Amino acid sequence: MPADTPRTPPRVSATFDRATIAEIQRAAATGIYDIRGGGAKRRLPHFDDLLFLGASMSRYPLEGYRERCGTDVVLGTRHAKTPIEIRIPITIAGMSFGALSGNAKEALGRGATIAGTSTTTGDGGMTEEERGHSRSLIYQYLPSRYGMNLRDLRRCDAIEIVIGQGAKPGGGGMLLGQKITDRVAAMRDLPPGIDQRSACRHPDWTGPDDLEIKIEELRELTGWEKPIFVKIGASRPYYDVALAVKAGADVVVLDGMQGGTAATQEVFIEHVGLPTLAAIRPAVRALQELGMHRRVQLVVSGGIRSGADVAKALALGADAVSIGTAALIALGDNAPALEAEYQALGTTAGAYDDWHEGRDPAGITTQDPALAARLDPVLGGRRLANYLAVMTMEAQAIARACGKSHLHNLEPEDMVALTMEAAAMTQLPLAGTDWYPGKAPG
Amino acid sequence: MTAATVIDLDVATVRDLNARLQALGRDSNLGPVHVRHPRGRHALAVGVSAPVDILLDGPVGYYAGGMNDGARIVIDGNAATGVAENMMAGLVRVRGDASQSAGATAHGGLLVIEGNAGARCGISLKGADIVVGGSVGHMSAFMAQSGTLVVCGDAGEALGDSLYEARLFVRGAVRSLGADCEEKPMGAAERALVAALLDRAGMAAIDAASFRCFGSARRLYHFHVDNAQAY
Repeated sequence: MPADTPRTPPRVSATFDRATIAEIQRAAATGIYDIRGGGAKRRLPHFDDLLFLGASMSRYPLEGYRERCGTDVVLGTRHAKTPIEIRIPITIAGMSFGALSGNAKEALGRGATIAGTSTTTGDGGMTEEERGHSRSLIYQYLPSRYGMNLRDLRRCDAIEIVIGQGAKPGGGGMLLGQKITDRVAAMRDLPPGIDQRSACRHPDWTGPDDLEIKIEELRELTGWEKPIFVKIGASRPYYDVALAVKAGADVVVLDGMQGGTAATQEVFIEHVGLPTLAAIRPAVRALQELGMHRRVQLVVSGGIRSGADVAKALALGADAVSIGTAALIALGDNAPALEAEYQALGTTAGAYDDWHEGRDPAGITTQDPALAARLDPVLGGRRLANYLAVMTMEAQAIARACGKSHLHNLEPEDMVALTMEAAAMTQLPLAGTDWYPGKAPG
Repeated sequence: MTAATVIDLDVATVRDLNARLQALGRDSNLGPVHVRHPRGRHALAVGVSAPVDILLDGPVGYYAGGMNDGARIVIDGNAATGVAENMMAGLVRVRGDASQSAGATAHGGLLVIEGNAGARCGISLKGADIVVGGSVGHMSAFMAQSGTLVVCGDAGEALGDSLYEARLFVRGAVRSLGADCEEKPMGAAERALVAALLDRAGMAAIDAASFRCFGSARRLYHFHVDNAQAY
């Protein structure tokens, strides 16, 4: 064959692409599924697929830098004697001591407190660092009940019963041996150094009828003072929200599949659950049909990054949002300045997700004392507070442009969808039309 | 003898009862409290820190004695789901049978069930001791982390599944063992431990040497591909 005969160029399969081939090769070599932190990385319908319309001839805007646009939220008004009052509708999601360093937990508490919002414990009990530095601390009540005790139950500001999380609806927790230090082990009543797997089911209740009784017990234990949140992974949001309300929840936290985890199987993160965008409307509909919208507050999490995301979640009917991954980034996770160290770990800034290994050069997802000491909790708290302030101002800018004097006045009518998928999921009209998939013509 | 304080739940509410009991400090010297007509109500005598004697005079609903932190609670009847759940300290004694998840996640103290216990007895146990006069249901001591479960009767299927460091003692038949649970030698130290617990439970007449001991094989403490079927 002559040398200049055209040849078929190498062609990579769309089905067996390079990443897929590499994962098969890795699986064959190790015999264990891939574990990582963070949430779904695949492209999903998201808030980017919505746009605000802004004011026009028929809508009157508010002056951007002068006219008031409220941001305060009260969570837990349904039954609790002492609801949580926060200045901004952005809270810090539950992340465990164990998954995170003590300094990171302290920084989250400091940042949230400066911003006037709440932070949340995680699957590992309450630390003095976070209690001491958090004005409003939500205490998670998880299947594992690690570190659960009466004293902490009574010194928290709200209780969050965790049914599931967006990264892994139906899955339990995981903390690998590298991060089970003596302190973490003691808080969890476990031997140091073992791979710890948290239960996926609560040990003493099954189903919504039992949950109602469990909530009654928690209220009796705490004098009916504290709001009871129920956190669900986005799976069947219409039914789960309705059942949480029926069980007596004051607040429902709805976590989409972009919501992060400290450690879970990659296949679980990417293939189980609903995108945040798809979950909000059914959840709001359930609340509305029960006459509980705004009486039972809805907190949405999973992929919230900016004030635009905040405004869009609120406009779809949420009362507040919660951030986890974004808060860690604000503290310093995946910082470009650490690129050389990320390279040494076989990754790069912006892609680091091996949070389960405990070797985080930013000192956040680690229990190594030397690495953890790299994170200054005061500076980290300041960075988080700055970020929360920016998100809030961004959301206010959008709300004012829509003529709203409070973020809670944002409404679906203020938005359109950019894609057919987003229009179908949110029942917002496709941009430039008055139609969404499923809507009858005319 | 100090006269009992009587609280009648046909008159008082559960909130009244718990508020009164929870208001007692750890140094309280209040005499016995006799709670009449519990009638299966839920969350009775939860979160009590005072070392007070409480008699629940009849069957109780879910979570009786939940998060008990030092009280000595006697239930003169059967108990529904989650009796003494997450107990921190003290004593809870059930004179009848207990439903599922008895003593779930309990950190400390002693739970005595004179009758039988249902499924998941001692699930996720975190340091407390449980003595059951009768038998326990399936999945008992599931993921139990520390503490002791003594069963004078039989144990149902999958005893000690995914067990951590809790120790299990069964006198009768064991239907099956759960993943990573195995029989351990019953030596002098184990006999002494069981004998002491039986004595505290008021069952000292039972011979501690007649029990078998079970614990974690620790094969699942670190993932290994050859154990994949056990996960």
